[in-house]
Amino acid sequence: MDLRFTQEERAFRDEVRAFIRDNLPPDTAERMRLGHPPRKQDTVTWQRILNKKGWAAISWPKEWGGPGWSAVQRMIFIEENQAAPAPELLSFNITMIGPVLIQFGTEEQKRRFLPRAANLDDWWCQGFSEPGAGSDLASLKTAARLVGDHYVVNGSKIWTSTAHNADWCFLLVRTNPNAAKRQEGISFLLVDMKTPGITVRPIISIDGSHHLNEVFFDDVKVPVAMRVYEENRGWDVAKYLLGNERTGIARLGKSRERVAMAKSAAREVRFNGRRLIEDPAFRQRIAQLEVDMKALQITQYRVVSAGAKKSDGRPDPLSSVLKVKGTELLQASTECAMDAAGPMANPVWAQELAAMANEPDLFAEASEQSTASYLMLRAASIYGGTNEIQKNILSKAVLRL
Amino acid sequence: MDFDLSDDQRLLADSVTRLMADRYGFEARKGYLKDPAGWSAAMWGQYAELGLLGLPFAEEHGGYGGGPVDVMLVMQEFGRALALEPYLATVVLGGTALQLAGSTAQQGEILPAVAEGRMKLAFAHGEREARYDLPFVRTTAKRSAGGWVLDGAKSVVFHGDSADRLVVSARVSGDDADEDGIGLFLVDADAAGLARRGYTLRDETRAAEIALHNVAAVPLGEPGAAFPVITRVVEAGIAAMGAEAVGAMEAMHSMTLEYSRTREQFGKPIGTNQVVQHRLAEMLMSMEQGRSMAMLAAMSVTEPDAAERARNISMAKVGYGQAARFVSQQTIQLHGGIGMTEEYAAGHFFRRCLVIEHSFGDTAYHLARLADEVE
Repeated sequence: MDLRFTQEERAFRDEVRAFIRDNLPPDTAERMRLGHPPRKQDTVTWQRILNKKGWAAISWPKEWGGPGWSAVQRMIFIEENQAAPAPELLSFNITMIGPVLIQFGTEEQKRRFLPRAANLDDWWCQGFSEPGAGSDLASLKTAARLVGDHYVVNGSKIWTSTAHNADWCFLLVRTNPNAAKRQEGISFLLVDMKTPGITVRPIISIDGSHHLNEVFFDDVKVPVAMRVYEENRGWDVAKYLLGNERTGIARLGKSRERVAMAKSAAREVRFNGRRLIEDPAFRQRIAQLEVDMKALQITQYRVVSAGAKKSDGRPDPLSSVLKVKGTELLQASTECAMDAAGPMANPVWAQELAAMANEPDLFAEASEQSTASYLMLRAASIYGGTNEIQKNILSKAVLRL
Repeated sequence: MDFDLSDDQRLLADSVTRLMADRYGFEARKGYLKDPAGWSAAMWGQYAELGLLGLPFAEEHGGYGGGPVDVMLVMQEFGRALALEPYLATVVLGGTALQLAGSTAQQGEILPAVAEGRMKLAFAHGEREARYDLPFVRTTAKRSAGGWVLDGAKSVVFHGDSADRLVVSARVSGDDADEDGIGLFLVDADAAGLARRGYTLRDETRAAEIALHNVAAVPLGEPGAAFPVITRVVEAGIAAMGAEAVGAMEAMHSMTLEYSRTREQFGKPIGTNQVVQHRLAEMLMSMEQGRSMAMLAAMSVTEPDAAERARNISMAKVGYGQAARFVSQQTIQLHGGIGMTEEYAAGHFFRRCLVIEHSFGDTAYHLARLADEVE
């Protein structure tokens, strides 16, 4: 037993670090360093750079462009990429639709979509949640009726992240409303977002950003060839997708980056007669976050290395621990970064700053973004299965209650 | 990175698990407690037979050359069984001091005797006023005609009442809180001028107050330069107790889980209530985070970089301490009234965790140390 990285793992980490340092476009690096989320073009450009290096489809088999990394290497890459900070790989493409097509897709689907997904030529989005189907996903109502060689889709999806950027959507629809069990009447479709009848309505979230959408389907025609796996077996596909590789779900690199931001803000400002960074209570808060990050890092190593040895391919229910603890930490670290900004956490002044921009006010910009990030990540314990649902999973799958 | 146990380690863990399952049930433990020593000499003999008492010692000293991970495996089982014997005091604390600072002759005399179960040690370092501050030593060591003599008092010395030989820290020079000027000394438990008063701790393990008046002592290592050794002994203790806390958490979690399946209220098992299920899930998550930290502590004991080692050990103490506190408090809460009773095991695990928390620096102490290092 040895918790330290091996020499090879350390060398790999250094290689990743150096590649990111040398290849991340400077304007993207600067924006992200100030705490901004990446723009669409930042994500696309960076994923293409990584793909050229063979580092985009990180969990895919080699024949579909994967780098052939071990689970530990994937974890190292994800963490380094988050902590850099650099734009994250588009998870819809890399950890969701890619593995689904590799597992369930036809040859034609694989050849058509996988290389484009890896290179972010197609931006995918996920059409799962509905106004009446959140945590209870199997109650979804969006209907697909088979007419000749097409399905005709009617209904609506909600919380569809980045649908406004997307070229394609993977969609859960009800194909048999009379199935004995709700889960048995669902199919999994691939839908071109340019198809007539699709309307994307923005939902502005509490951080002021446009990330979420509602998507309406009004007699949208989807060729049968765009169905993945058998009709009415889409729930199997969805379950595979949701349980698939969760390396990086803890998003430790992101928490690390937020704690670093909190510390750098605390060096700039004062607290009770000294610098905030010198305040014992603030330092304890940082120390506690660092303890929690360390514990989660080791737990993540344990889950990842145990997962690499499992042969049944089923997800480790302990990955729910990573999701809950990881998002708690993410929320605590964004909260700390925001609190460090003090009164500067309050203004929304990006436009004013830009207008006055003879000299950029970096501290003000970072402060504004620390609040935006705090607001945005209140969703972390909601998306990807709420933390309450994760505890249900633990109590059923691990504790057998 | 690698989380696998070697074949030898698996064998070791299995044999200790079997021994404790056979001989250390909660009822058997009540019998061991009736012994005036507060623990079982018969079990001590079993540990010697299994090779546990020499586990971390070199083969030339009758040991197995085991490392911190081997000790972790044993302590985890001891934690699950709430073992009462002076293993931590003798093998981990005393043994580490001897290994790090003992002369060839001292090691040759003492370590084999420990491994065979013939000699028990205790680490007499803490003093009343020092609380958790390691360099605060007021007990003095002075040269005498025949060697060295010690004067002072040591407090809450684990298993100090049953030790045959004590490893005592004393100040050779400098001020009360200086790191320099501290020595470690070997003292016979029945030496003239040494008085000890034994008592039970909250968890029913034993400890002693020790008074030293002009007591003859032999230096263990160079007098005046022992602080780094003391630090490492304490770090080894923190790592061992972390594993013990993990064993205790495992026991508490599984007994609470079992209870929630069988205890019925409002016509159904209490474990069918989501609020209870989620609490058990939270206990599981805390336990796993605590386990990660206990592993970190075990792996760090042999880390050569002192600053890195100290940082990891402090992080681990905070992490497993907080986990153990949460798990043990929720264990009593979910059991309801029965968890409050002396006859039920829950409260005993609870109290072991409480004693561990207040040994070698509590959460607040180690968090403050980490906070001092924030850059």
